[in-house]
Parts: sequence; C-alpha cells; structure tokens
Amino acid sequence: MIDAGELRRRTAELLAAYPPATTDRLDFLRARFDAGLAWVHYPEGLGGLGAPRSLQAVVDEELAAAGAPDNDPRRIGIGLGMAAPTVLRYGTDEQKARFLRPLWTGEEVWCQLFSEPGAGSDLAALGTRAVRDGEDWVVDGQKVWTSSAHLARWAILIARTDPDAPKHAGITYFICDMTDPGVEVRPLRQITGEAEFNEVFLTGVRIPDRHRLGEAGDGWRVAQTTLMNERVSIGGMRLPREGGMIGPVAKTWRERPYLRTHDLHQRLLKLWVEAEVSRLTAERLRQQLNAGQPGYEGSGMKLAFARLNQEISGLEVELRGEEGLLYDDWTMRRPELVDFTGRDAGYRYLRSKGNSIEGGTSEVLLNIVAERVLGLPAEPRTDKDVPWKDLAR
Amino acid sequence: MSTPNAEPDLLYSEEEEALRAAVRDLLTDHCGPAAVIARTESDTPHDPALWKQLTEGMGLAGLLIPEARGGQGATHREVAVVLEELGRAVAPVPYLTSAVVATEALLACDDAELLERLASGRTVGALAVSLTAAPGAPFATARVENGVLHGELTSVADAVAADVLLVPADDGDLYAVAADAVTRTPQIPLDLTRPLATVTLDGAPGRRLGPAEPAVRRALRAGAGLLASEQLGVADWALTETVRYLKERKQFNRPVGGFQALKHRLAQLWLEVVNLRAAARAAADALTTGHDTDLTAAVAQSYASPVAVRATEEALQLHGGLGMTWEHPVHLYLKRAKADSLAYGSAGAHRAALAGLADLQAP
Repeated sequence: MIDAGELRRRTAELLAAYPPATTDRLDFLRARFDAGLAWVHYPEGLGGLGAPRSLQAVVDEELAAAGAPDNDPRRIGIGLGMAAPTVLRYGTDEQKARFLRPLWTGEEVWCQLFSEPGAGSDLAALGTRAVRDGEDWVVDGQKVWTSSAHLARWAILIARTDPDAPKHAGITYFICDMTDPGVEVRPLRQITGEAEFNEVFLTGVRIPDRHRLGEAGDGWRVAQTTLMNERVSIGGMRLPREGGMIGPVAKTWRERPYLRTHDLHQRLLKLWVEAEVSRLTAERLRQQLNAGQPGYEGSGMKLAFARLNQEISGLEVELRGEEGLLYDDWTMRRPELVDFTGRDAGYRYLRSKGNSIEGGTSEVLLNIVAERVLGLPAEPRTDKDVPWKDLAR
Repeated sequence: MSTPNAEPDLLYSEEEEALRAAVRDLLTDHCGPAAVIARTESDTPHDPALWKQLTEGMGLAGLLIPEARGGQGATHREVAVVLEELGRAVAPVPYLTSAVVATEALLACDDAELLERLASGRTVGALAVSLTAAPGAPFATARVENGVLHGELTSVADAVAADVLLVPADDGDLYAVAADAVTRTPQIPLDLTRPLATVTLDGAPGRRLGPAEPAVRRALRAGAGLLASEQLGVADWALTETVRYLKERKQFNRPVGGFQALKHRLAQLWLEVVNLRAAARAAADALTTGHDTDLTAAVAQSYASPVAVRATEEALQLHGGLGMTWEHPVHLYLKRAKADSLAYGSAGAHRAALAGLADLQAP
C-alpha cells in the first residue's frame, strides 16, 4: 500500500540519488519517471506507482521544497492532459513503453489534430481521410487551431477511415509523426495579432498501423477519453482570491483612483463578487474530487470562466480611459504559452473572446449541461444513421 | 488582497447529510405546498405544530447554543443545512428569526435565561429590527423614558409568533420585552410565509441585556450569511421543479424541455445554483470558523439574492399559465425570494460593504 509516508520516503531516496543541484535537468526528470514519482496514479513501470491521484501533491511539494526541476507542465499540457491518458487507456504495451516517458519528461512535445475547418462543434463530421495501404495508413486532409504543432514531435490524430459508415462509426484514432514530409504546419494569425495556433495540412502522410490507438472505426470512443481529460484539467485549477482576470483590474482600481467612476464601481463590485464565487465553486469541485465525490460542477466551470473573463476584460479596457484606445503590440509572434498577465488590457479583451469557443463552444456546453446533468431531452438528430459521405456539407 | 490562509470546507459532512435527510422527511410529511398555501390565508400564518416537531422533536432551535446554555452546541454549518431544507419547503416557521438572529443577539449578550428558553423552542424570540437592516447599518431604536420603552418599530419579521422581543433602545442597550407588553399589528407582507408586524411600545417594561450595537451587528451578520442557504434551498427547488415539469409538459408534440432555447436557460440557471451553493457553504463555514467572516458573508449575500429571484422568476415563466395561478406553489417561492432579496441588507448594500472589505473604494 502506497501512502503519503511511503511517497515521502521514495521522494527522499530520489533526491539523495540525484541531488537537483548537481544533476542535469533531463537526467533528473528521467530518474523521477523511472522511480514512479512522475504521476503516481499511473501504473508501475510507466512513471507511476498505482497510488491515489490525490497523493501526487505530496511528491510535488517535497520536490518543490528541494528545488528540483519540473517538467514545465504548461509547455507540454496537451501531451500530459490529453495524449497520455488516451495512450494509457487504449495503447498497446509497446506504445505505452515507447511514448509515455519522453512525453512526460518533455523531450517529445505533442499536439492534437482534431478540429477541421468543416468540423468544429460537429467534430464527428470530420473529413480528413486515412486509407489503408499495406502496413500503413495514408492520410490526407486539413486540421486547424492546433497549438504547439510547430514544436511537436507527435500528434494525436482522428481521421475518417470508413466514409460509408455513419459519422461516429467511421473514425480511427492515430499517433502521427509530425516529422513526416507530408505534414505542413502554417501559423494561423488571430485577432490579437499573434499566432498561438496553426493550420496543419496533411498530404500523403504515412502512418504505420502499429501507431493506431484502439480498433479501426473505434476512434470516436477513444477520442472521448481525450476530450474528457481536457475538461477535467480545465476544471482542476486552483486560484487564490483575485488570482484570475479580476486581479489586474482590482490592482488598477486601487492604484489609479483618478480612473474611478460610479458606473465602473458598480460593475466592478458585481464582477468581483462573481469572480470570487466562481473561485469558490472551483475550490468546491476540487474538494469533491479529493473526497472521491466526482461532481457535475466541472461541466460548468469552463462556461463560467469564459463569460467572466470576457466581461472583466471588457470592463478593464473601459477603466483605462484613454489608454483603452491603445494596444500594446500587433507584431505577429509565436508565443509558446498563452500569457494573460504579461500583456495589456486590450490583449486580454481580445484573447478572452476565444474562451467561449475553444475546447467546446459555450452553446454546445450548455446543451451538454442540459442533457447530461439536468436530463432534458437531447437535440433532434438527423445525422445518426446516415452514411458520412451523404451528410450535408 | 490577501488570500485566505486555509480554504473553507465547502462540502457537506455525512452528519450534515443525515440532518438534511431527517429535516426533509419531516417537511415532506408535514409541510406540503397545498397546506402552506392554505395556511397563508388562515389566522395563524405560522405552523406551531411543525415548529414543535422541529424544536422539541429534533432539538433544532438550540443548534447554535452551547450545551452549557441548554443547546446542542452545533455550528452554523448544520444550521445552514436546516435552512436549505426550510427554504426548499418555504416552511412558515420562525427559524431564521428566532433560532439564528435572536439567538445570535442573545449569545452576544450571553443571556443564560433566554438562551435556555430559546434553545428548547418553547420560547420564540424576535429581534425588533426591520427585516431590511443590513449588518453594520443604522437601525431604528425605541426611546427609554422613566425606565420604560416607547416607540414604533416596523417590518419586524415573525413578531406575532414571538414570545419575547429583543428591542434596541436609544440609550445604546438591548432590552428583552415580553410580547404581551407591546402591541403587535400585522402588516400585509409580500411573502405570506414570513409575516411582518409593526411593534408599538407604549411604556413597555424591558430587561436590559447588554450593548445593542455589537449584538445587533452580530445577529444581522449571521442572518445575512445564513440567509444565503435558505435562498439556495428556494433556488434549488425552483430549478428542480421546473426541470421536472418541462420533461413532462408537452406542446408541439414534444416535451417542452427539449427546446434548445429553454434548455440553455435551465443550464444557465443550474450554473448559478452551483455557484450559489459554493458561496452559501463558504459563508456557513466562515461563520463557524470566524475566519474571513465579514467578507465571505457579504460575498454570499451579494450573489444569493439575484440568483434566487431569477430562479423563481424563471420557474414562473417556464410553468406558463400554471405558474400564474394561486393554486400552484411557484408564487410562494417567488414571493419568498423577492422578500429575501431585501432581508438583512440588499445585494447592493452588501456590495457597498465589500467596497470597504475588499479595498475597492468608491470614486
């Protein structure tokens, strides 16, 4: 039985054998993975010890206190949050052994090739084709809104393998080598001026069948694991009071009294309360998960934060008065991370417009809450039993 | 703005869930909507039999009172769970006013005699301050002349059900006044399940309890913070009942709840009720621990009122014509939610308090 004490003991052993001060960062991360202290809830031999997920905090605290390097989780969020759980659940032993270690250490960055120009909210209608050719699959199509594609070594990819089947049934899930000559990555410039995301064009990309995840035609089910984990990681954040977008607005309010008006004051207080209440809801969700009572609240967190971010940043632009007319920098750049705090109010205002679109639009999420949480009737479906090739597009 | 050192415990313990189940069972059997509607038009708008079961039967009047003073020595967390259930049933009992607000005032004065009487539930107390008074705001007082009390205090909730009134006076003290020594004139309340009265004192004798200001402030803060749990119960009823109805109700050959315009409204409401639960739990926990209490109670009360009102307004609209009838209970909840939004300080009053508490000063 692995408990907190045992994890502390093993962490101390790791630190003794690989003192962070004198150990190369990558060597340390590999040793941590091999000691089962990377993600303790994963199985032994794959970076974990089969321990409860909630005990990860014990290891992280000990390592942080000892000044150990981390794997820069924000940089490899798609690998950690989406690819890894899917590989763990559906991968072969060979795939797990090959991919999980360099994924966790950050040696290999992952991206996600799901959305397409013609398949956004209706992701299951995707049209990128994968055709079997001997031991390989040959992939042609276009993906969009792919973060990290220009840095990634591997991608999780869903593609259509049976156009004669109804849309959900004809999809297969692959691991795609981003260094294949048929993969072309182009920056996608967005309203903020920069390009966080990419368009990815796939032309005759060859994927060996051993890089298929799950059965052919079962890709939609496999993708649910990926998407569920995306929502869990969005809901799991822990914020201090004023830790979100309300922070910079409150700071400006306190530091620059000459900007204050009565109208802005009323709106600020309202949004401050909503931000604090949303923070408490996220905290309650975290406590529920830790107590082993999975709540439905997670489905709502993304909806709430999207609206709040938009309203708060909109208020912030107004609060700045004349400065609100200005923008810090329109230069086309390729940021590795979304950084809401390092930029001005105008950037926050524009970037947060994406919050109600990315990772599921607010409209679709409201349907999901209504149907799965409240049990209201599902939307009428006219596409369920129609072969994909006959759908309107 | 500093972060709270320890986050509040926002869950319900097993004991709290057991308490909830017991209260809900009792209310299901003895406080159905038809009976509540009938009672609102009777001579006794309060339900003395239900009060007896809640207090003498279950000991709930003394939850906040230490065992040494004859109470249960429980906390605001348990009281909050009771209030959620009383809100869910719009139960016409003076629980918030006697077992929370009057009790807190007596705790501030540490009045052993009255605490013991209120803990049993056999004596009902009411703080003779307008239901609209916010914690920390000025309140009307009676005049002390020749050692007796004079004056008129309006909008005193549950005054008619009370045996003893706690009356703040212009000498700065709080007095215990026997209900039969004053004239209580019922007002016609918007919310018939929480009756209001004007209290007229014409030379009424009172027993001095202690300084009024800290006692009233403490009582109103607990009232405001825990009212959020009652509002949660009201909002949760409105959401649950509306979802149930819209799954059943058919128009255009399909359940009305299948229309996306309505699904989105209900999903939005669910989000707000989820938020309200976190805010109400935080307030109950902060009142229990004494940590960050003023701010957390003000946050909960700023958020709760508009959500409870909106939930019941949506419930009415989505019930269509049925929602406009006297027979259907949705109006009881709408009236309770609207009246609650004025009780113990409006959302706006609590936001104004937050300007100071969170250092977001007015221009």
